Amino acid sequence: MKPDAQSPKAAAPAAERLAGGSRRALDTIGRLPPCRWTQALLTRWGISARTAVIAVPYLWLLLFFAAPFVIVLKISFSETQIAMPPYQPLLEWAGERLTDIRLDVNPGNFLYLIEDSLYLRAFANSLQVAAVSTLLALLIGYPLAYAIARSDPRWRGILLMLVILPFWTSFLLRVYAWIGILKNNGLLNNLLIWLGIIDQPIVMLQTDFATYLGIVYCYLPFMVMPLYANLEKMDLTLLEAAEDLGCRPLRAFASITLPLSLPGIVAGCMLVFIPAVGEYVIPALLGPADSLMIGKVLWTEFFNNRDWPVASAVAVVLLLLLVAPIMYFQRVQGRESGGRP
Amino acid sequence: MKDKASPVRLSFLVFGFAFLYIPILSLVFYSFNRSRLVTVWGGFSTEWYGRLFENTQILDAAWLSLRVAAMNATGATILGTLAGLALARFSRFRGRTLFTGMITAPLVMPEVITGLSLLLLFVATEQAFGWPEGRGVSTITIAHMTLTLSYVAVIVQSRLSSLDISLEEAAMDLGARPAKVFLLITLPIISPALVSGWLLAFTISLDDLVIASFVSGPGSSTLPMVIFSKVRLGVSPDINALATIMVSLVTLGVIIAGVVMLRRERARQRDLRMASASDAS
Repeated sequence: MKPDAQSPKAAAPAAERLAGGSRRALDTIGRLPPCRWTQALLTRWGISARTAVIAVPYLWLLLFFAAPFVIVLKISFSETQIAMPPYQPLLEWAGERLTDIRLDVNPGNFLYLIEDSLYLRAFANSLQVAAVSTLLALLIGYPLAYAIARSDPRWRGILLMLVILPFWTSFLLRVYAWIGILKNNGLLNNLLIWLGIIDQPIVMLQTDFATYLGIVYCYLPFMVMPLYANLEKMDLTLLEAAEDLGCRPLRAFASITLPLSLPGIVAGCMLVFIPAVGEYVIPALLGPADSLMIGKVLWTEFFNNRDWPVASAVAVVLLLLLVAPIMYFQRVQGRESGGRP
Repeated sequence: MKDKASPVRLSFLVFGFAFLYIPILSLVFYSFNRSRLVTVWGGFSTEWYGRLFENTQILDAAWLSLRVAAMNATGATILGTLAGLALARFSRFRGRTLFTGMITAPLVMPEVITGLSLLLLFVATEQAFGWPEGRGVSTITIAHMTLTLSYVAVIVQSRLSSLDISLEEAAMDLGARPAKVFLLITLPIISPALVSGWLLAFTISLDDLVIASFVSGPGSSTLPMVIFSKVRLGVSPDINALATIMVSLVTLGVIIAGVVMLRRERARQRDLRMASASDAS
């Protein structure tokens, strides 16, 4: 747009006019407050500000979040071939006319997932690992959230911050920390030997135990946050009433606090369970080499076997498994935060 | 009753925080270990920090990751603010359910699915339109923005729904246009949410291994990708040094944010007191 600074005479008159025009326009824009000219621009295009606010993120998500799933679905039905990209096109024009579309829908990848018991075992194992880790995270997270919610209000903010702080440090490095603790000559084994509890190191790294521990450790903040939010706003006069009526603290907890905190428990469990099912990093670093976690299987199919269609089929099945919990999570989320005018 | 249960609560806190912090502290502790065997103490040394700063592979990857994270955070904050605004202020529009779904789903979606699906999209568009030409910084940034704009949107939405709408209404009654109201009233009030959204988007991007592995191309390895390939071969003390640097930076950032927030809160309280005092007089 800018005329060439070194040879101003050489610039064609038309280009100069254009450049001058755009500069004038820019000057006008520069003098107006930004809200004015964006609005002017939008009105000229016939778009209201409201539409623009909604449309920009909407289109982005449609393009980069929704559309990719359609492509995954498409490729999960195509056949592998040795090329780049390594799959056959699903739709082909076999002839000249438009009606000659050949649709190669190939359910082979899904049949393969059923035939080879590896995949079914991987799915079952992932669900089990995720469920056990979620339960463990609840057992550790609930007391912690409870203790924070019932502590002195002056301390609550700091304690909550201390729960979130690890979440801000690198996930990968937090998993890495456990390698140093769990390995054969690691911190924990050294400590146990020094205490005289064992005389041979226990193999802890590359076991299922390590996977559980890693998931619980990394996802604990996600469990504590919704639980804390729920427990903190609980009406404590109910507990006082129960105490006045002679109810013991444990009984009051079981019959008042626990049922009332159910929404927090559900939200926390969802936040841990759903991502844990497809977890890759934790089983890859802490789990056994042959661990059957579906995230790891998908990764291997994709990066090591370069079988994109099978990887896509695995992703489709995983998504179908998780659709119900995700929808449920969204309903809970919607009730908690959205829907208000 | 409150005091009776106190030792139990204290033990919950001690156990919970010990579980959360001992691994991190062990990383920091062993980063000053002279021995190459990470968990065998061989005396104090800062040798590994020196080694870290000589490792050009790690430094290049860190620089790439920082650039991606900054671009991602800025883009995600803009898109996420718009999305949060749409969710909090426009209770009805066509396709709102789908929109809400697309905002909340990335929060829990397993990363392998997001990564794979975005890669397949990039491959398909490259075949169809010639864009993107190869994969690298731009594809990683787009992928991270798609993931992190959800986090920003949720933060902004919750801040907006706790905001007193009468302030905006007053400005509109006084004749301000909606865009002006947004820039002069709404934006300054939600700015803490924007800052925390930006920081969250930044750290998530800086930390992401799985999605980046799918959508990056040859020659664009992010820091987590380099760390992962090193860590897979076993523990190495320079990673401990790197972890210590990252932990200290995050802690410092959180402390600064905490102090700033505390100051603002005190100033707000003071303003409130003065406002009510002038009301009374």
